Amino acid sequence: MSDLLLPPELRYAKMIEQRQNEDGSELAILNLGPTHPATHGIFQNILLMDGERILDGEGTVGYIHRAFEKIAENRPFYQITPLTDRMNYCSSPINNMGWWMTLEKALDIEVPKRVQYLRVIIMELARIADHIICNSVLGVDTGALTGFLYVFQYREKIYEIYEEICGARLTTNMGRIGGFERDWSPAAFKKINDFLEEFPAIWTEFENLLSRNRIFMDRTINVGPISAEKAMSYGFTGPNLRAAGIDYDVRVMKPYSSYEDFEFDVPVGQSGDTYDRFCVRNAEVWESLKIIKQALEKLPEGPFHANVPDYYLPPKEDVYNNMEALIYHFKIVMGEVPVPKTEVYHAVEGGNGELGFYLITDGSRTPYRLHFRRPCFIYYQAFNDMVKGQMLSDAIATLSSLNVIAGELDA
Amino acid sequence: MALETTVIEDKLTEKFGDKVFGFVDIKDMFSFEVEAASANDVLRFLKEDAVLRFNFLTDVCGVHYPDNEVERQFAVVYHLHNWMDNVRIRIKAFLNGENPEIDSATNLYLGANWQERETYDFYGIIFKGHPQLKRILNMDEMTVFPMRKEYPMEDGGRTDKDDRFFGRKPDNVNNN
Repeated sequence: MSDLLLPPELRYAKMIEQRQNEDGSELAILNLGPTHPATHGIFQNILLMDGERILDGEGTVGYIHRAFEKIAENRPFYQITPLTDRMNYCSSPINNMGWWMTLEKALDIEVPKRVQYLRVIIMELARIADHIICNSVLGVDTGALTGFLYVFQYREKIYEIYEEICGARLTTNMGRIGGFERDWSPAAFKKINDFLEEFPAIWTEFENLLSRNRIFMDRTINVGPISAEKAMSYGFTGPNLRAAGIDYDVRVMKPYSSYEDFEFDVPVGQSGDTYDRFCVRNAEVWESLKIIKQALEKLPEGPFHANVPDYYLPPKEDVYNNMEALIYHFKIVMGEVPVPKTEVYHAVEGGNGELGFYLITDGSRTPYRLHFRRPCFIYYQAFNDMVKGQMLSDAIATLSSLNVIAGELDA
Repeated sequence: MALETTVIEDKLTEKFGDKVFGFVDIKDMFSFEVEAASANDVLRFLKEDAVLRFNFLTDVCGVHYPDNEVERQFAVVYHLHNWMDNVRIRIKAFLNGENPEIDSATNLYLGANWQERETYDFYGIIFKGHPQLKRILNMDEMTVFPMRKEYPMEDGGRTDKDDRFFGRKPDNVNNN
């Protein structure tokens, strides 16, 4: 049996004894997590330490595993959206929209241009919210609480926009097959415009606070670096991959929801260290703002949902007053809708990377198999490789700059 | 010049003959099947060939088909992506239902490690040559592979929930 299959504490006990016999030094095992304020989520790392330096580590994940894939096999399509909310809960609208687009691809539904643009707006707002959290929390972990409290007001403003659109804040369950549940209100647009007006100044200030800050730079440059080749082999996507210097972005490689209509740059870093990840996310916030502005300018008039009565819930007034609408309402809610037998893979650029949905249907009311390609899960396996030989405090900064969201990691 | 799917098909059939088959385009994705025994060679060829260049392993997952014949009851599905030509492909390897085994892809892609552990954890598919094939999301003490279709989602003995009217099978209700 390979040593790696043993629980890490047993493996490390051997190594500790070996070192003791060699040169008398004392290694120690440190249990970081599962509930530790600096891990921002529930995952455990058992680290073998030589003083402050990490020699080896093993992560244990799965503490908040909720069997989403199994549940999804037992639920009609509409009831799966709330599951997607709870994966990357820092940017749930991206997950929701990704799921609708997967279904639309499976059902061959063409979505009106207005819906596509509205989706782009909400997804980019979600990306900003996601990056706000990651970067400001990185500040907290390196000792700067101010920036975090300052920009968090604007995350709150984004949540108010969500609220105006769908009524929920964190786990949004936003949208329907083919569009949105209702057209966006003037109040929603006003809130978006206010946000676009106020936020740039705040974000500039936040950037100024950290990006050339001596302490912050010392704490992040060359901390937890990863080379481009390794990042690629480990399956990195999103800002973490781009920080290593590869300009892979699903929005550009395979534009969905009309991303091809907008001008934006894909920021890349160089060394793949914590500082580069911070800078890439900062720059992406500006790109997202650019995209939102363009989408608002070019926003076409038109319906806010596709004309697909088989899948799109009829208006409530009709449900109460009209027999057919009531029947459709019931059928859709219970999942009795026609579904072809097919296989689809659809990917969107989530806050952390390529969020993929692999759906196999067999013609019944539930998916035969639904697999979520969760970027966090795939790149978190590189963590121990990245922190080997680094200091403990650097491991904390690395973890927070990777933006590992426990909900997405564990599904 | 983008990489045409016909080129992929030709190159693979030339090299592997009838070990790769079932080429089909489903919803923008070029898919095919591969014999489990040569899956690792095919993945290596796809990655290292100068024309094909499938440099990125997007996803590995398992599927359970309990209604198929014994030889095809499990499938391991790989999604590969060529970033230079921007082509995605899907590869399926069907495995024996009683003894599902396939070579690990960890020798080609580091990222396969946890994804294969996850597939093992939920389906019990053995990845030969995997450095650390143990459970990842479920607890180590677990004895079953929960994503297999024979395991119902809920405890069959539950009596507080009656789902008959909602189109579900009344597994959890005593109908007598």
